[in-house]
Amino acid sequence: MYLGRVVGCLWATVKNPSMEGQRLLVVQPLTPELKPTGKKLICTDWAGAGAGELIYWVRGREASHALLPAEVPTDTTIIAIVDELSVDRNAAARRKTAAAAPPGKPLPAEPAGAGTGVAGEPIYPGNHGE
Amino acid sequence: MILARVVGTVVATRKDPRLEGKKLLIVKPVSPEGKDEAGYIVAVDTVSAGFRETVICVSGSSARMADGCKDTPVDTAIVGIVDNARLD
Repeated sequence: MYLGRVVGCLWATVKNPSMEGQRLLVVQPLTPELKPTGKKLICTDWAGAGAGELIYWVRGREASHALLPAEVPTDTTIIAIVDELSVDRNAAARRKTAAAAPPGKPLPAEPAGAGTGVAGEPIYPGNHGE
Repeated sequence: MILARVVGTVVATRKDPRLEGKKLLIVKPVSPEGKDEAGYIVAVDTVSAGFRETVICVSGSSARMADGCKDTPVDTAIVGIVDNARLD
């Protein structure tokens, strides 16, 4: 599954009969940082996405499974509209430096809010409800 | 699915019996803005597309789900002729 943004729509009167009634949208694939990547493509729409919306789409044979029981010849389908997205690209790098650091040295500082509960308290197993 | 423009035809006498009677077209992928992209594809036509028309191409095993392509050795099918594409 991939992220994308709806950037347009498409009309086609003459269609394969099994494509009848399908909405076709132009989608620009995005990286998790929401930068455009790759070529724009045409997706059938399962989720009812609108212009400019952030969505995710699925590729391959599974794309037509979203539209079952109709057997639609599609290889890219929009299956969800994204509400919220959170990416921590530095998490992997922090883990790597922590593993490479010699024992005894303090670990690199975590950014504020990382690994903490709602009130900013560190989360330990067993400290809930005490 | 990708957009493509019909640029030629393919004639093949000796082929899989399940492909008999199917029209084969050479298509060139294009962007929704109408710019040409790299490469060419041979696709089975299910909608009687004509020369220079912009069409919708579906590839992979999904191509076999198109009407008229069931249980045929096809991995790219033309499933629609584009009237208009609007970009926001």
